[in-house]
Amino acid sequence: MLTFRIIPCLDVKDGRTVKGVNFVNLADAGDPVELGARYAAEGADELVYLDITATHEKRKTLVSLVEKVAARLNIPFTVGGGIAGAGDVEALLAAGADKISVNSSAVRNPSLLDELAYRFGSQCVVLAVDARREEDGSWQVYTHGGRRPAGKELFSWVKEGVERGAGEILFTSMDHDGTGKGYALNALRTLASLVDVPVIASGGAGSPVHFYEAWKKGKASAALAAGLFHYGRLTIGEVKDYLAARGVPVRR
Amino acid sequence: MGTIAIIDYGAGNTRSVLYALRRLGREAVVTADPRAIRRAERVIFPGVGHAASAMERLKEKELDTLLPTLTQPVLGICLGLQLMCRHTDEGDIPGLGIFDAEVHHFRREGEATRSLRIPHMGWNSVHTRGSRLLQDVDDDSYFYFVHSYYAAVAPQTTAITEYGISFSAIMEKENFFATQFHPEKSGKVGERVLRNFLNLKE
Repeated sequence: MLTFRIIPCLDVKDGRTVKGVNFVNLADAGDPVELGARYAAEGADELVYLDITATHEKRKTLVSLVEKVAARLNIPFTVGGGIAGAGDVEALLAAGADKISVNSSAVRNPSLLDELAYRFGSQCVVLAVDARREEDGSWQVYTHGGRRPAGKELFSWVKEGVERGAGEILFTSMDHDGTGKGYALNALRTLASLVDVPVIASGGAGSPVHFYEAWKKGKASAALAAGLFHYGRLTIGEVKDYLAARGVPVRR
Repeated sequence: MGTIAIIDYGAGNTRSVLYALRRLGREAVVTADPRAIRRAERVIFPGVGHAASAMERLKEKELDTLLPTLTQPVLGICLGLQLMCRHTDEGDIPGLGIFDAEVHHFRREGEATRSLRIPHMGWNSVHTRGSRLLQDVDDDSYFYFVHSYYAAVAPQTTAITEYGISFSAIMEKENFFATQFHPEKSGKVGERVLRNFLNLKE
């Protein structure tokens, strides 16, 4: 049976992991390779590396980081953040990334999704979408790390993205992100019924029950979390034990 | 130890396979040279992307005629498995014909697969039917899959996976082996499968 995936997300800046980490016995918690290997050993099903490096120049270090990650990890990983075009994607896939995620660049130029799907296959193209629920009740998409309104409505944008060739959706609710109060279940469920590719829940995980709800109520194929794991509040094993006890198929 | 050749035809995740072998302490050459491939002790045939364009690239390098004539152990991975079959619906093209199986899209099955998410992406359990590659691997262990087409169950199917329907997770025929999942990305059990392939006794 296909399992529900648990995906830690690592923010990387200038080649270093950004968020604070409480792992004991980890020589260098700022090393994205070490941290990724640790998560893989703990039972992570996949990893997401999100590059938040500000300048284009320094971003080139990302390719060499991806090579090191690929050499070390024996599970799949996605790389995202600042990917501008097919050239970037080609370099990252050649370096050993399994999937790439695009966000702002796809909003700016939606046909990028068609191009990437055609050249590299939908299976490695993840459309990342950050959105928030506005006062009128609609979900609006934001880019540039949530700073800039994209002028797109969440559900129509995701549907268009899948039609253009995205093979997976990474949906982050900005309203829920960082709250630890659970994922945006209603929006997730709407997304999951709208498209037939996997949807990854992101933003809001604070306890094991939130992962369960993402699966049960949100109909998500996977759930992503960052701070929860980085600060050592929960281990992947604890989350999976909880899910397994409640009948969710997980890999252990 | 003899050499391992990873076939490089522009449609495979050769780097990931190379790294996985290095983690096992083995070096490999990434090559499209027929002589190097023929000489190798083991040949790995990875593949991602579209079947028709991958087959075109194989033909350009005249590897489509070479592959079925190899006599050392050969391991196809993912699209590699599908290309080793008789025919694939992806692009409606003939395959290499090593395995007597048809390759279909998951949606083709109708009702049973209508509600499935495609691609079949993630970790799914693999049930052995006597696969030599699954020696010392617990039955129904989880492996990592990413694909939208599948090889139907055939006489050469030695392990199956369920996703709406049962399909070939591993196929074996004489010196030819293939996995639909990615052993190079399947954690410890994936490493075991690669090790089993490298350690095969004739």
